[in-house]
Amino acid sequence: MIYTLIPLLPFLSFIIIILLGRNFIRDKAHFIAIPAVATSFLLAISAFMEVSNGKVINIDVYSWIVSGDFNVSFGFLIDQLTAIMLLVVTSIGTLIFIYSVGYMHGDSGYYRFFAYLSLFIFSMLILVMGNNFLMMYFGWEAVGLCSYFLIGFWFHKKSAGDAGKKAFIVNRFGDFGFGLGVILIFLTFGSLEFTQVFGQAGILAGQTINFLGTEVDLATMICLLLFCGAVGKSAQIPLHVWLPDAMEGPTPVSALIHAATMVTAGVFMVARCNPLFIMSPVAMNTVAIVGGVTAILAATIALVQNDIKRVIAYSTVSQLGYMFLALGVGAFSAGIFHLYTHAYFKALLFLASGSVIHALHDEQDMRNMGGLKKYMPTTYKVFVIATLSITGIPFLSGFFSKDEILWKAYQHGDLGKFLWFLGTVAALLTAFYSWRLIYMTFHGKFRGTPEQEKHLHESPPIITVPLWCLAIGAIFAGYVGIPPIFVEHGDKIGEFLAPVLGHSEGHGTHAEEYFVIFASIFVALAGWFVAHIMYVKKTDLPQKLGTMFAPVHKLLYNKYWIDELYSKTLIQPMLKASEKVILGFFDKIVIEGIVNGVPAVIASFSQGIRKVQTGLLSNYGLVMALGALCFVGYLIFMG
Amino acid sequence: MVPLNWYIMLSAVMFSIGVFGFLARRNLIVMFISLELMLNSVNISLIAFSHYLQSMNGQILVFFVIVVAAAEAAIGLAILIAYYKNNPTIKVDEINLLKG
Repeated sequence: MIYTLIPLLPFLSFIIIILLGRNFIRDKAHFIAIPAVATSFLLAISAFMEVSNGKVINIDVYSWIVSGDFNVSFGFLIDQLTAIMLLVVTSIGTLIFIYSVGYMHGDSGYYRFFAYLSLFIFSMLILVMGNNFLMMYFGWEAVGLCSYFLIGFWFHKKSAGDAGKKAFIVNRFGDFGFGLGVILIFLTFGSLEFTQVFGQAGILAGQTINFLGTEVDLATMICLLLFCGAVGKSAQIPLHVWLPDAMEGPTPVSALIHAATMVTAGVFMVARCNPLFIMSPVAMNTVAIVGGVTAILAATIALVQNDIKRVIAYSTVSQLGYMFLALGVGAFSAGIFHLYTHAYFKALLFLASGSVIHALHDEQDMRNMGGLKKYMPTTYKVFVIATLSITGIPFLSGFFSKDEILWKAYQHGDLGKFLWFLGTVAALLTAFYSWRLIYMTFHGKFRGTPEQEKHLHESPPIITVPLWCLAIGAIFAGYVGIPPIFVEHGDKIGEFLAPVLGHSEGHGTHAEEYFVIFASIFVALAGWFVAHIMYVKKTDLPQKLGTMFAPVHKLLYNKYWIDELYSKTLIQPMLKASEKVILGFFDKIVIEGIVNGVPAVIASFSQGIRKVQTGLLSNYGLVMALGALCFVGYLIFMG
Repeated sequence: MVPLNWYIMLSAVMFSIGVFGFLARRNLIVMFISLELMLNSVNISLIAFSHYLQSMNGQILVFFVIVVAAAEAAIGLAILIAYYKNNPTIKVDEINLLKG
């Protein structure tokens, strides 16, 4: 089965590089990693072609676990949903691998970087290709592990190590729920195969399960547990705190893992489990509300951040919120569509900001940038393309996918109207902070040191060529999903995904649809306009507004104090408790008590007996003689 | 013809003297000699029984005892000399390295 090679090639590349990297391959690691992932990309295209005429590939490579009723095979399922994910992961992966050659050039961990990236691609492909929940779970954990490795890639920086740990630990909270969800699925359906579980999803109807003494709807329980995992992995509120910190990793990592692929795993998982989720309106509404609230809260935080990568990171959180909003209102294909277009323009934003950071020698604070337009024309151009796309300017990919989501939300009753409102406001904020980023970085005067200014330069072609490729994606990727209102049979991606994700039927009128479209175009332009006034025309305005609304600014600048809240309520008590109970009681008293107690008892016992051992020959002789005497006496008198 | 009892009595007396010497004396050489005395008292009784029962088994056993005694004396004296080189004493009261 040739498609087994899709995940296998990056894995082989990982094995070769990690084993031989330090001594033999060193700075030639990309000669192994790039061909591997590029071949996977070609195979993914071929798989896409094969499923595009409705075929579904479902093969078991071998039996992985057999234990009584518990049967899990190592197998792959390539359907329309997987095919799209494969294309996104491998195409963006290939471009980012090429970009990394330029970006990571000269780093002492060069081979390590490519080894981890290859491992990540392997894990992500397993996640999307697995044909059962356990393989998905395996991929799910493996991408988390790679994320940890790569966030902490520059481990000599304490902040990077801390960010890696934070990402890993916060994800544990979500994955705990996901793991329980998988177990509950097995208990309910007796199988973990996707085809079997989704085939009999109907039996969930009306079933309840006892949870802490109350009867809870079984479908809701399963879906909410699964969604827990998605909330962690896709950085939704309240577990979004790790993603902005993850920006400590190298920029290609931020682009690949923390924007385009891994963080969208949660969206993919919910979409994959859509037959379960549609059984539970409660879970669907939860997904939609969490998504909508995340979209707007993350956007408000992004308004005032000064670190270029953090702004984009909050933008990612916000866009992921959009995807969940779409999933929650039942528009699964719209969510996947946005996942797919977002991957291109967000990866482009990250890589372009990486180009800026590279030129400024690791400066990430936008207050020390400005005026880069004339030094880095190519980076500026692709940055503008990506920003036009993300803000939803008509006829770029972001416009089509965002509009699809907002329109689907609008048709979803009263809750949908409210979510549409949230989404539209978030779009306004998105436009504002995206243009703010551009104006602060590329316009005005350069605010860095003269030393930095001397070295300003455009990045080499190895960096700009991938940028252009992604820019093409950011412009044209959306043309697979033109709303039917513009072009007959325009929504090709929706029809393509329909066998897996179903149709979401709306019943809005054309007038309403035009209203939604023009509202989103209007907010996109309005955000741009406001940003233009504040950061180009009247550059003292942000300062004034900041002081006028000081409490609000402070609240947003400190990210709603969520990190501090977690620190106070969870981390500090946990540290205290572990110091007092685990270290003070359990370790010092219980463990050391056992370890020191057993030898002490033996020693005190032996203190008594050792007196017998006098070391005097005559004593031994006497005892021996008496013993012999007793023995003989016994034989004579008693025998 | 000396009766069997006399041999047995001689053997018992010799054995008791050996035991007493082994327990009472503190000189290692003398303790060795006492040990040989005990072994030989056993030899006497073995030979006496062998003669009385008209069986050669006892006399064969005696040769074994003599061989073992010779070996034991050789090894024992060798240890004694080796010990004496390190600690110039042959008083057992002072040889108590194995005291617990």
